[in-house]
Amino acid sequence: MTDNTIETVSRQSTKAVLKEFWFYFSVNRGAVIGLFVFLTLVLIAFFAPYIAPHDANMQYREAFLLPPAWVDGGNSSFLLGTDAVGRDILSRLIMGSRLSLFVGVIVVVIALTGGIVLGLIAGYYGGKVDTTIMRIMDIILAFPSLLLALVLVAVLGPGLVNAMISIAIVLQPHFVRLTRAAVMAEREREYVVAARVAGAGPLRLMFLTILPNCTAPLIVQATLSFSNAILDAAALGFLGMGAQPPTPEWGTMLAEAREFILRAWWVVTFPGVSILITVLAINLIGDGLRDALDPKLKRS
Amino acid sequence: MLIPTFIGVTLVAFFFIRLLPGDPILLLAGERGISAERYAELQHSFGFDKPVIIQYLNYLMGLFHGEFGMSMVTRRPVWDEFFSLFPATLELSFVAIIIAVLVGIPAGVIAAVKRGSFFDHSVMTGALIGYSMPIFWWALLAIIVFSGWLQWTPVSGRISVMYFFEPVTGFMLIDSLLSDQSGAFGSTISHLILPSIVLATIPMAVIARQTRSAMLEVLGEDYVRTAQAKGLSKLRIVGMHALRNALIPVVTTIGLQVGVLMAGAILTETIFSWPGIGKWMVDSISRRDYQVVQGGLLMIAMLVMVVNLVVDLLYGLINPRIRHR
Repeated sequence: MTDNTIETVSRQSTKAVLKEFWFYFSVNRGAVIGLFVFLTLVLIAFFAPYIAPHDANMQYREAFLLPPAWVDGGNSSFLLGTDAVGRDILSRLIMGSRLSLFVGVIVVVIALTGGIVLGLIAGYYGGKVDTTIMRIMDIILAFPSLLLALVLVAVLGPGLVNAMISIAIVLQPHFVRLTRAAVMAEREREYVVAARVAGAGPLRLMFLTILPNCTAPLIVQATLSFSNAILDAAALGFLGMGAQPPTPEWGTMLAEAREFILRAWWVVTFPGVSILITVLAINLIGDGLRDALDPKLKRS
Repeated sequence: MLIPTFIGVTLVAFFFIRLLPGDPILLLAGERGISAERYAELQHSFGFDKPVIIQYLNYLMGLFHGEFGMSMVTRRPVWDEFFSLFPATLELSFVAIIIAVLVGIPAGVIAAVKRGSFFDHSVMTGALIGYSMPIFWWALLAIIVFSGWLQWTPVSGRISVMYFFEPVTGFMLIDSLLSDQSGAFGSTISHLILPSIVLATIPMAVIARQTRSAMLEVLGEDYVRTAQAKGLSKLRIVGMHALRNALIPVVTTIGLQVGVLMAGAILTETIFSWPGIGKWMVDSISRRDYQVVQGGLLMIAMLVMVVNLVVDLLYGLINPRIRHR
């Protein structure tokens, strides 16, 4: 009986929190547009094999470097034209959306999990543990991120999986720093002390008592890292260290298209537009989240 | 603070490079192969036959003597290669940051003063696009439009092959002026303009956003209202009172862009065949030139660390609230 009441109350309060959040989020029109674009991209990625008009790796020998359909010489069955070996660009872009979103999700999950655990440990225990962890993070941050990712990929061997691991390692210190700062601010609050006095162990205190109160900055950072991960993975692909041909990854597509830039603008333009739109949509959401979750900006 | 990080950075540089796949000596020998004696000899001359710990200590000792290793491909000291290429990167980055500041700060200030106007929305949209831009694609687009269609600028390099002069400072802008060859300076500018604009894009966007939000915060302060009440002109309030305080966080932002510039230089230099350290690092990684990657990685990290330290000190200098602590 009592349990049920508590559950109902908590469910209602969750609903109220979400409602309040949406109220502040939807004030920002850009964020709503970004969310809409992002959801469309997710749908495209999810149903990619059904939407793509052609097989992404099928080479049509009669259609090398065909311009987009609306340009003279274009063919309506290849809406965005074909690349140097006769593959349909639209189909490759659609299949590539899967890779980019996948990279973003995996990188954020790895970086977020690692960052939260290390940040909680550093912030909760302090002292030598804290110094050691933070020093290692400082070392990672001392390198320009793309350069470190590039070197890590060189060590691990080129490929999409290794690129994701490298990018996650490079992005992780930001999460560690944020979590640690939040934990240090919360650690001595009354509710934490109360939970400790009530006999909660360190794991419970770290993950169940403190962590839920540090989530706002982490969510914003996760969004930013999501777009950074997509950009970095594309950059690594472009430098030949990320996904390898013939994978339809957007950055790799750009690298393959480089030698044709002055002859066939479409092979270069569309993969880049795809990256830009995806990253822009996520950054719009990130801005909206930051405004909605930052209590200082709520002037109600 | 700096020393443990420095040692950590050397450890990273040293051990990560040891983990690279491929035997560097076999790679150096190429397809012709190599005799066992010569292999042992080369191994000895590079110090690869000693235990890893000894190799690291030797490496660390060497660093204090300015020995950053020797390129296995060109046989030149990494230190020399770095400093013969560094001016190119420095010139590019410097021009890029100048462009970013000259455009970003005024755009941010005006956007904040005219908050909610069409100009404000345009600047913020532009900044968000710039911030989200995959700059390697942006560079290719710039080449298509300005070098391909309009034929305004050359595609790659630092200066036209028509001109040749001994480098004096390593900075093409200065050297071409000193060379007294007519047209050399113009050629340098036309080679520099596209890569520097591309490299400036992200810092410009970040600086504009930061300036706007810092300015908005300052414009809401009491002393600005006091200045308004005193009847000062808007230009004077914004320029003299608000801007000074708004720029404090912006200076930090500009300093933090050095890392961003270095990462951007890797891509920009590769695309524009700009002979700087970004391209040098990428080439060395693909050639598996161990020593160069190791030395370059370390020197770039040290550079970023020193710049961040200078920014911290500068912050104390311009922010009186911190100075007297």
